Amino acid sequence: MPIEAGHSETSPVSIHDLTVAYHRKPVLWDVDLDIPEGKLVAVVGPNGAGKSTLIKAILDIVPRASGEVLLYGKPFKKQRKLVAYVPQRESVDWDFPIDALGVVLMGRYSTIGWCKPTGKKDKLLAMDALERVGMSEYAHRQINQLSGGQQQRVFLARALAQDSTIYFMDEPFASVDAATERAIIQVLSDLREKGKTVVVVHHDLQTVPEYFDHVIMLNMRVVAHGPVEDVFTNDNLKKTYGGRLTLLSEAADRLAKNKVLG
Amino acid sequence: MNWTEIDTWIVIIGALCAAGCAVPGTILVLRRMSLMGDAISHTVLPGIAIAFLVTGSRDPLAMLIGAVVVGLLTAFLVQAIQSLGKIDVGASMGIVFTVLFAFGLVLMRQAIDHVDIDPDCVLNGAIEFAWFDQNPDGWGIPRGAIVNGVMLVANLFFMLLFYKEFKITAFDPALAKSQGINPGFMHYMLMTMTAATAVAAFETVGSILVVAMFIVPPATAYLLTERYGVLVALSLGVGVLAAGLGHLSAITVPTWFGFSGTTTAGAMAVASGGLFVFAWALSPSQGLLVRFLHKQRTHAHILAEDVLGIFWRVEERSQSFVQTGDLPSALGVSSRVLKKALHQLLKQGEIIQCTTHLELSQSGRMRATKLVRSHRLWEVYLDKHYPQDANQLHHSASRLEHITTEEMQSNLGDENTDPHGSPVPSDVEE
Repeated sequence: MPIEAGHSETSPVSIHDLTVAYHRKPVLWDVDLDIPEGKLVAVVGPNGAGKSTLIKAILDIVPRASGEVLLYGKPFKKQRKLVAYVPQRESVDWDFPIDALGVVLMGRYSTIGWCKPTGKKDKLLAMDALERVGMSEYAHRQINQLSGGQQQRVFLARALAQDSTIYFMDEPFASVDAATERAIIQVLSDLREKGKTVVVVHHDLQTVPEYFDHVIMLNMRVVAHGPVEDVFTNDNLKKTYGGRLTLLSEAADRLAKNKVLG
Repeated sequence: MNWTEIDTWIVIIGALCAAGCAVPGTILVLRRMSLMGDAISHTVLPGIAIAFLVTGSRDPLAMLIGAVVVGLLTAFLVQAIQSLGKIDVGASMGIVFTVLFAFGLVLMRQAIDHVDIDPDCVLNGAIEFAWFDQNPDGWGIPRGAIVNGVMLVANLFFMLLFYKEFKITAFDPALAKSQGINPGFMHYMLMTMTAATAVAAFETVGSILVVAMFIVPPATAYLLTERYGVLVALSLGVGVLAAGLGHLSAITVPTWFGFSGTTTAGAMAVASGGLFVFAWALSPSQGLLVRFLHKQRTHAHILAEDVLGIFWRVEERSQSFVQTGDLPSALGVSSRVLKKALHQLLKQGEIIQCTTHLELSQSGRMRATKLVRSHRLWEVYLDKHYPQDANQLHHSASRLEHITTEEMQSNLGDENTDPHGSPVPSDVEE
């Protein structure tokens, strides 16, 4: 697949003219950007801005209405092994009969391959990942007996067990305790040190400059993206969170009615 | 009771059928889509009817293909209707399976004229007659046992082959999808297993009662364990047990009341329901009995602590000794309950019997001091953050004092007096 002008094969995530629609209603419009390698990247924006959808569209979890996404110059299908994903904690059933180690082992499944059992090496890697988030003593605890923060750390450990190059995390900091917040920050800085790229949907604007290098400010469209010190300005925040874009959501509604997309 | 070889075969066939159903049933229950099993087991009927009409015989392969095709169509239509956005999954299933089931009934009327088929079998199955249905080269094994046995083995094979894949798509479909394990593919595989199992079980327990076999044993097992592997094994066990108990009660229980035996398939479903109630009552983690006992223990614990609190406060005011006769009304319990609490405290050595009265022991005083300290610190805390009247304050603190850990207490601050002006006792070292 040819690379469009302005998009590089060295970018871990190169998004070109991406549009995503649910039931014909666009939730993301014409997103066009390259995510730089080896950075901690925050995705911020108000509710319904399409932050989670952006990640899901990159990972082929939701279908794209148009546009393409390339990971190091190739479509996601060919680069699965490069990617680790931390979904929102609420997206799964925490009463599922499984222990913490079992959840972390799921991070190994794509490496193990279809129909093959998990091996000793996978268990060691999973235990190691739990250790890194300070959860090794809870390895055999049922997941419904863990606190919210501990559950989030298990999810994080699972992403670490995937041992990838690009990490996508959907609101990992949402309603976690102080210990978990520290554990996540530690993991993020470890990952950056190893040259990994981490894209994090983040809701707490105050901590953006402290935790992240790069920011994507999203409200159905990309309002701004770039190094935090350059683009994370009051002006851009107003544009992202202000009312000016309601015009856009009105347009989205009209599009849904006219069935232009999807 | 007159147990014959026929009864043994009925139980074996029932057990194979129940175990076979429990395999996809476990995954259905875990994916919270048990009613999909209901829908599919109904819609195999038109599939079977079409197979009858086309082939004019009860060829098992044709029936299997017909049922699986219609079963998958059901799963597909349910999702298609749901993705319209306005109709929820329950309504969507209701539309698809009732319409297809009714279509099946209409077809059956036609089929009856051509093929030897009994509509009663749709409801009850025909496990009682399964023994008489033998292939000439079946080595004396009834066809039902072979069909259900093959289905059980096939289900176990697929369950074990795709063990990881079923687990991850049930727990976290988004992650599964990002890893290239397509949840849609696993969904339709499960639907295929469900439809095939429903056909295999059709002649044994009928298309309605098979739903009980799909759902009740796994749900029962789910009450008893929190391990995925154990859950699967236990579901099979409950299914087999339900088959045995079901047939046994079908041929015995009605005779106690002067009737002849009843339908085994029905009794199997009732037995599985009975096992569910049994597990509900006795489950080690969430059973009614365990919860009742836990509640009793908590009540006793709180009462004992309240008694210690009263002893401590009486000591603090250096009035006379505690009048045990006044305690029941002060604590709002019967004198019998109080007597039991005092007895327990004496046994634990928290209070001691002096010649004329009871008083706190060393350890009892320590425990009471901690309690009163927690109580008064809570009052300070609540008064500061959520101002309310004094009675309310006392009431809230009385509940919180019993659940305060050391760590919570140290976070409550270090005031010297509570809002009512009473001193907060200082922390005691153990």
